[in-house]
Amino acid sequence: MYDIVILGGGPAAITAAVYIGRKRLNALLLTKNIGGQVLETMSVENYLGYSFIEGPELIQKFDTQLREHPIDIKLGYRVTKVRQADEHFEVDTESGESFLSKVVLYTLGKRARRLGVPGEDRLVGRGVSYCAVCDGPLFAGQKVTIVGGGDSALEAAYDLIKMAEHVYLVSLTPFTADPVLVERVVGAPNLTTFVEHIAEEIEGGEFVEAIRIRDLKTGERKRLESKAVFVEIGLIPNSEPLKGLVTLNKWGEVPVNTCCETEIPGLYAAGDVTDIPEKQIIVACGEGAKAALQASKYLQKNK
Amino acid sequence: MVKVYSTVTCPWCRRAKQFLTQHNIPYEDLDVGSNVTARNEMVKKSGQLGVPVIDIDGEIIIGFDEPKIRHKFSIP
Repeated sequence: MYDIVILGGGPAAITAAVYIGRKRLNALLLTKNIGGQVLETMSVENYLGYSFIEGPELIQKFDTQLREHPIDIKLGYRVTKVRQADEHFEVDTESGESFLSKVVLYTLGKRARRLGVPGEDRLVGRGVSYCAVCDGPLFAGQKVTIVGGGDSALEAAYDLIKMAEHVYLVSLTPFTADPVLVERVVGAPNLTTFVEHIAEEIEGGEFVEAIRIRDLKTGERKRLESKAVFVEIGLIPNSEPLKGLVTLNKWGEVPVNTCCETEIPGLYAAGDVTDIPEKQIIVACGEGAKAALQASKYLQKNK
Repeated sequence: MVKVYSTVTCPWCRRAKQFLTQHNIPYEDLDVGSNVTARNEMVKKSGQLGVPVIDIDGEIIIGFDEPKIRHKFSIP
């Protein structure tokens, strides 16, 4: 039985682990990987102490600091369920292993939202990608499609028009990205935008060959030949393991109070998975620190 | 022999290479964005089109799977 198990490996989790490490508690960090969403970006320009730092560099520094502390770290685990049992919690993982703890700090963050169209799941890693910055260069000189109309979609378009033969940009709504991001891509000779169009199907045998879309106004359907479909339609919270234990808000986020407490005593949450406003690295770090301090006080009181 | 199939913009690839360097594991870095031969080789080995792909003595690891790499090199 651990005193505290921290679930996750992003900025909130790592900061919490550093704070918990200093309390000399019997603690475990249980995560799939170290880094989380920070490793989906190359440049970080608003984390104090660095005017500019690359995502991987920042995570390497976080990781080094984390490992200076006496806390168990288990990598490669995906959490499937958090359950309450008597005076403790039980955390189930995909591998079948379960972990018992007096306190749980839930910091599982967010993940890319999927389109939910036929062909998508089958073609993930076969042209369907949720990380344009990672996989974009693989499709240099080819026709590609980006689905989305927010900042990340327009940023992907900016990167891809420089290398792809042609870029199709399909957005369900008028662009919601910052105008500055829209202005720098619209008018590019190798970009065609389909605003207020819905993606209906991704086609391909071994690899992606095309995407089918429909005009929401006219109902007209089109088939766009593409070697890749980059899905950039926002993020959803990794809160499924808490379903049935806590009441999530309408976006699936975990409600917390200013002390990072959930409605269940002993269950704390921090970072992007929670209902706090502003999902930022520095905010997640701060929340992680606060949750760790509050959780250790709770452990003191409930010895 | 370790080969890392990567793109220059991919943060996970960078993290994977940092990890290998940090643990003194030599590797060959192949940029599949510009090197078509390497891209085809990666697709053939991994059956997919996502980076990074890490080839450790013929064992193919898709993504920066830190526990697998640690296990392979007996890094605690």
